[in-house]
Amino acid sequence: MEILQLLLSGFASGCVYGLIALGFVLIYKATEAVNFAQGDMMMFGAFITIWLTNSDYNGLPFWLSVPIMMLIMGSFGYLIERIFLRQVIGQSQIAIAILTIALGFILRFVAGAIWGHEPHYLESPMVGKNIYFYQAVLGMAEIFVILVTIFLTFILYVFFARTKLGVSMVAASQNQLAAFYVGIPVNKMQSFAWVIAGILAGIAGMLFSAKGSVDPITGLLGIKAFAAAVIGGFGSLPGALVGGLIIGLIEPFSGRYLPSGFSHLVPYIVLVLVLILRPHGLFSQVSIKKV
Amino acid sequence: MSDPSEIILRVENIESYYGPIMALKGVSLKVPKNSIVSVLGANGAGKTTLMKNISGVMDPEKGKIFLENEAIDGAAADILVRKGVSHVPEGREVFPMLSVEQNLFMGAYTRKNKAEIKSDIELFCSYFPVLKSRYKQQALTLSGGEQQMLAIARGLMSKPKILLLDEPSLGLSPKLVKEIFGILLKLNKEKGVTILLVEQNAKAALNIADFGYVMELGRIVLHGKSSDLRESRDIQEFYLGANQNSQLEQKRWKNRKTWR
Repeated sequence: MEILQLLLSGFASGCVYGLIALGFVLIYKATEAVNFAQGDMMMFGAFITIWLTNSDYNGLPFWLSVPIMMLIMGSFGYLIERIFLRQVIGQSQIAIAILTIALGFILRFVAGAIWGHEPHYLESPMVGKNIYFYQAVLGMAEIFVILVTIFLTFILYVFFARTKLGVSMVAASQNQLAAFYVGIPVNKMQSFAWVIAGILAGIAGMLFSAKGSVDPITGLLGIKAFAAAVIGGFGSLPGALVGGLIIGLIEPFSGRYLPSGFSHLVPYIVLVLVLILRPHGLFSQVSIKKV
Repeated sequence: MSDPSEIILRVENIESYYGPIMALKGVSLKVPKNSIVSVLGANGAGKTTLMKNISGVMDPEKGKIFLENEAIDGAAADILVRKGVSHVPEGREVFPMLSVEQNLFMGAYTRKNKAEIKSDIELFCSYFPVLKSRYKQQALTLSGGEQQMLAIARGLMSKPKILLLDEPSLGLSPKLVKEIFGILLKLNKEKGVTILLVEQNAKAALNIADFGYVMELGRIVLHGKSSDLRESRDIQEFYLGANQNSQLEQKRWKNRKTWR
């Protein structure tokens, strides 16, 4: 029964890593830039949810504050792209990486200045509720996280496989030149990728705050999500989710069965192993362009 | 070519630069409706640059481009697709991980009517039957020739007034070139598709084109009806490979039209 609890908490944190990793991959595929602020955007989404929901602040009903948060985070992603990223298009990868790292720092300090540095807890309807399954105690919050992620995965799948806008985004990410030539406005697609990445980061933050405490340096777990994206093959959306789940599952199990301290180390050992054994990641889509 | 309303595309004296390098030094041409016009020339003659200028990927420094008497120079590529200029670039730029079907649907990105799009896919698949048999496959699993056919069919999906084809014969076997050019001619004759064809393979291009332009170092050096060009001594020697002899290099210098 202990295993069931470990599995659940592993899956739940894996979902959060997976959603942040999805944001990384989405922006990378659409714009060929890595957004190192993705983890901090997640933290920001968590704080906005808390700010809207908690009785100390606005005290909105949870189900109302989530769509508002998504709206704010979506606009936030859009503005970041328009104000900052669009200026450095065509610059070196390093310039873009440094820019997004700096953005991450700014978000961290802004969040600290607005909401303070002590941990915050979300007053969600799931707090403290458990389901008793045989002898296992399963947290409602964790089940909620997993269900939301499954639902979101389904929505994203339908969006990218079935809708015109989604397929055009995929097309633009696969061959920008050809997308340009068939009349797809590639710039708009890139802005839109940032909107979706902002919303995803917001949802990941909301889920994270539903199952634990949040403070301004929470965003640093974006590094684990980055590892998840690399394990998944950086460029594959399902890979990012699976990579997140792998990292999420490794943590509680290594924390339980290995000497203390290992739970933080093992995800990176797995990362190194994957990079050595399958350098393109587990789910890489290797395409060699024919000439 | 006398009635100007029948001219789909008119390029007037355009100049274009890559940084300090002048790639087009005043190029003019006309493409009449329902015709195939071919632009011939060696590597670096400026053919691809000309195409990019027409389709809006590059903007000319000087000169004018008209699509049915409307000035289109300086307009963005996605706007020009909507106006009816479709550019099939060199090197089969397909969407590798999308299926043939999705690639064709993307070609119709600028169109709304789903039923019409579907019937057009049916139509163009009947011209390129191999696409029908590969309909659900990812484009990267197609052979080079099939990818080229997909790129052309995708270019047609936007219902262009003029189709710009950049080196469709690149890297294909003579048999495939013959097949693809045969289909292009059929599309032109049966569906009235107007084509501006850029080619190094002069023989294949002149066989299907109504008119031809020859470019050298950013200039048009020769133009006329395809039948006349095929007869021309210069074309025969330099592009069609007639009179192969040891004196060719010397003659080439004597007969060159430009001296830069």
